[in-house]
Amino acid sequence: MSGMRYEAPGSVDEAVTLLADEKGVARVLAGGTDLLVQMRAGMISPDLVVDIKKIAETKGITANGGGFSIGASVSGAEMGEHAELTAAWPGVVEGAELIGSTQVQGRATMAGNLCNASPAADSVPALIAAGATCTVAGPNGQREVPVEDIPTGPGKTSLGNGEFVVDIKLPARPAHAGDAYLRMIPRTEMDIAIVGAGVNLVLDDSGTCTEACVVLGAVGPTTITVADAAAALVGSKVDEAALAAVSAAASAAASPINDKRGTVEYRTKVAGVLASRAAAIAADRARSK
Amino acid sequence: MAKQHITTTINGEEAEYLCEAQETLLDVLRDQVGLTGTKEGCSSGDCGACSVMLDGRLVCSCLVLGVEAEGKTVETIEGMADGEELHPLQQKFLEEAALQCGFCTPGVLVAAKALLDVNDDPTETEVRYWLAGNLCRCTGYDKIIRAVMDTAADLRGASA
Repeated sequence: MSGMRYEAPGSVDEAVTLLADEKGVARVLAGGTDLLVQMRAGMISPDLVVDIKKIAETKGITANGGGFSIGASVSGAEMGEHAELTAAWPGVVEGAELIGSTQVQGRATMAGNLCNASPAADSVPALIAAGATCTVAGPNGQREVPVEDIPTGPGKTSLGNGEFVVDIKLPARPAHAGDAYLRMIPRTEMDIAIVGAGVNLVLDDSGTCTEACVVLGAVGPTTITVADAAAALVGSKVDEAALAAVSAAASAAASPINDKRGTVEYRTKVAGVLASRAAAIAADRARSK
Repeated sequence: MAKQHITTTINGEEAEYLCEAQETLLDVLRDQVGLTGTKEGCSSGDCGACSVMLDGRLVCSCLVLGVEAEGKTVETIEGMADGEELHPLQQKFLEEAALQCGFCTPGVLVAAKALLDVNDDPTETEVRYWLAGNLCRCTGYDKIIRAVMDTAADLRGASA
């Protein structure tokens, strides 16, 4: 780790140039709650660390046209303190707030959680269910990318040389919309999900579901979007029969690993339980709006 | 790589140090600045022994680079007492024996103060979740939680 350089550029273009021009290993630093741990563990030895927290576009939460733009430097704690964001997207916020301790919440970012590309990333299922996109800046300019296209496998992303995520955008909400995220961990707090489930849905005035997205985390190498679970919700009143179908579809879609933290059988079962419970919570939230 | 010169504010006073880019704020506080009250436990953000306030936000100093503190304010356990007068949390931890070996105590105190600064009437559940990132291998936590709750009650009584 000797000889590492640190740069804190003030603009997106400077950051892209620094990252693209680096001949050795370059890493982006936002909250650092994964990067510094990986450096300490000797998993990576960056030649260059580019701190993006001084770039204006990565700061703050901006409401625009009913949606929100969340900068890549915004911590989980900042998200939880933002009343409008929490009211509009409680599931996205609760996913982000489940990451680590109070101390980690003061630093950890959703963009970092996304780009760390852990299959168990707590903020990602709800983001995908929400239809979130992110702004990727790189040597060829900026592009808007669906968040689910960023992680491609454990620890791997689709980001090219010199590219980094600048912000994450959540769309505007129609009436009667709700989302939720639940995870299962072997402990009460401070642990990594063995199953995560994010659900986002929209109801019409009569309470019938018109749109739904159900996304599982930690039961495959990347998140799993369960189309059959969404299909079971659309057209229903999100009643017991629909929730049972969601549960069955989620368990059928889960493809977990077996390890000391949870067996295949247990994770498969819990994927169904959490997906149906998250759908019920999302529907309750949608009905109250 | 030349060391970087960093100017920051630590416990209300301007401070300067030289550090390598990969050094953590924890290393800098202990080895360069000489503030050894902040403890190194796991160095991976799990135990909370290195808790400090960075620009008013509770963080693990092992997960912050020393160079990131440029132009920021850092508050450590050394800044908690007012001269010889202990902070009410420190006093209560002594009175109620909310520590044994004491290694986790600076981090616990910094974290607990951060909670009481934003919430003067936390529930036991709120205290337990807030302090979930501060590991203690001696007390079994009950005395810590009680001391924080009792301090909060005292502070509310004093300001009522």
